[in-house]
Amino acid sequence: MQREKNYTEINMASCSRAQVISLYRMLMKESNKFTSYNYRTYTLRRVKDGFRENLHVDNPKTLDNLINQDRENLAVIKRQVSIGHLYSAQRNVVEKEPHL
Amino acid sequence: MMNGTLSRKLLGSMCGISSRRLSFAQSAVNAVQKQKELIKSRELEKDELRPLYMDFQATTPMDPRVLDAMLPYQVNYYGNPHSRTHAYGWESETAMEKARKQVADLIGADPRETVFTSGATESQQYCVARFYKAKKTHIITTQTEHKCVLDSCRILEAEGFEVTYLPVKNNGLIDLKQLQETIRPDTSLVSIMTVNNEIGVKQPIKEIGHLCRSKNVFFHTDAAQAVGKIPINVNDWKVDLMSISGHKISGPKGVGALYVRRRPRVRIEPLQNGGGQERGLRSGTVPTPLVVGLGAACEIAQQELEYDHKCVTVLANRLVQKIVSEIPDVVKNGDPDQRYPGKIRLSNCLFFLKWESLLMALKDVALSSGSACTSASLEPSYVLRAIGADEDLAHSSIRFGIGRFTTEEDVDYTVEKCIQQVKRLREMSPLWEMVQEGIDLKSIKWTQH
Repeated sequence: MQREKNYTEINMASCSRAQVISLYRMLMKESNKFTSYNYRTYTLRRVKDGFRENLHVDNPKTLDNLINQDRENLAVIKRQVSIGHLYSAQRNVVEKEPHL
Repeated sequence: MMNGTLSRKLLGSMCGISSRRLSFAQSAVNAVQKQKELIKSRELEKDELRPLYMDFQATTPMDPRVLDAMLPYQVNYYGNPHSRTHAYGWESETAMEKARKQVADLIGADPRETVFTSGATESQQYCVARFYKAKKTHIITTQTEHKCVLDSCRILEAEGFEVTYLPVKNNGLIDLKQLQETIRPDTSLVSIMTVNNEIGVKQPIKEIGHLCRSKNVFFHTDAAQAVGKIPINVNDWKVDLMSISGHKISGPKGVGALYVRRRPRVRIEPLQNGGGQERGLRSGTVPTPLVVGLGAACEIAQQELEYDHKCVTVLANRLVQKIVSEIPDVVKNGDPDQRYPGKIRLSNCLFFLKWESLLMALKDVALSSGSACTSASLEPSYVLRAIGADEDLAHSSIRFGIGRFTTEEDVDYTVEKCIQQVKRLREMSPLWEMVQEGIDLKSIKWTQH
């Protein structure tokens, strides 16, 4: 019984870990698609710092909440990236080369 | 263009006595005037690079999450929130009330105490210009307030109110003792802004609030620049009226909010009469998309408050340290401790080199020298005058604004350009050579021609 319980716990933990990593990768990938310099740099920085801050969260409920929030954020980023593409403007002076 | 030595000789011979055909001072003023005309507004061309935005006090870019929250109400959920008979109205009303709660949560208020307006200026009108006139007709404000408050006070003076404009100390803060002495039995309102938009100083609002409550005087604070950037609690601070602006916290332009305390009741007269919306204080259809945006901006600001504050402090310190280490004789205006770090105002002692020259030279960076609403006038900022800055410091001061979206590269680029241009302009200035030789410019008597 104890062994089964441990097995399920480990299973859950590794599922969550894989989920989290895949979510992080998707967020970074989508954030990089922003045409606006301000939005792109802010989102990349915020996602990185946000995941770093929550690196040691153990409570599964909190973890679930965070994952759900991040899924919603991913949807927001995807939508806003497309809007940015529709209404793109000139490059910023600090950007070294054209992005996308 | 005169070279350094010749112009120095000219200046040297002019000091004190008589007439030369061309006064260098006059030609310097002419040069500045020509440069004044050169800051003409023009649109960017298609392939031209956009300047770096470092003017976060004027307005802020809208957060993508805010835009995402607003768009459904612009596209499909377009009902009037005051329509009570169909789903369009009900869903708009739900969204409006949700936004109201988000705004109230940010400032620690009750949702019933928030009124949506078209911006901080309109909110200010309610608090100052249309304040409930009873037996008490004395109003206290400061010399460094926002133009809309000062203008409203001027109008009130014409209507028979008496207004005292409190001076500020050299660091931009007001003197609490002086405020206590100024409050009279017939004082009805004290209006002091939380964070100044030009020099970034943070007034001791909690102490002022407690003082006003003890003397039974209403207290209004313009928190447009402070909301979402420093923690605010209207009950801790004993604030009775507060103005909030949407576009200063990465929200949409054209919306703001007014906090009006219910207990003890604060009475204000409505500016707009009509259908009785917003507790009868501001009739008119509430713009659902804009208030949803304001609510989302407030919620995001509350979540990101600590993170943004940390980032902005680091960047602000980086900017100031880099500039001060490379350019001598740079003065930071305002109190070094009691401030919001993202608003920096630096006076470069450029002597006869007005801020327009530096701003023109820094054409890749969007900076300003004063508040946007007074930018039409070329006079130096009245806020700098109020904190006792010398004439030359007031004329050569520019304002850096750092916000949520500023990056390290932005700051480094700005600093590099600033240092480069200031050094170049100072080399061109013969007055700078004189200063370096130890001549005190204030002792020079300029002759008139």
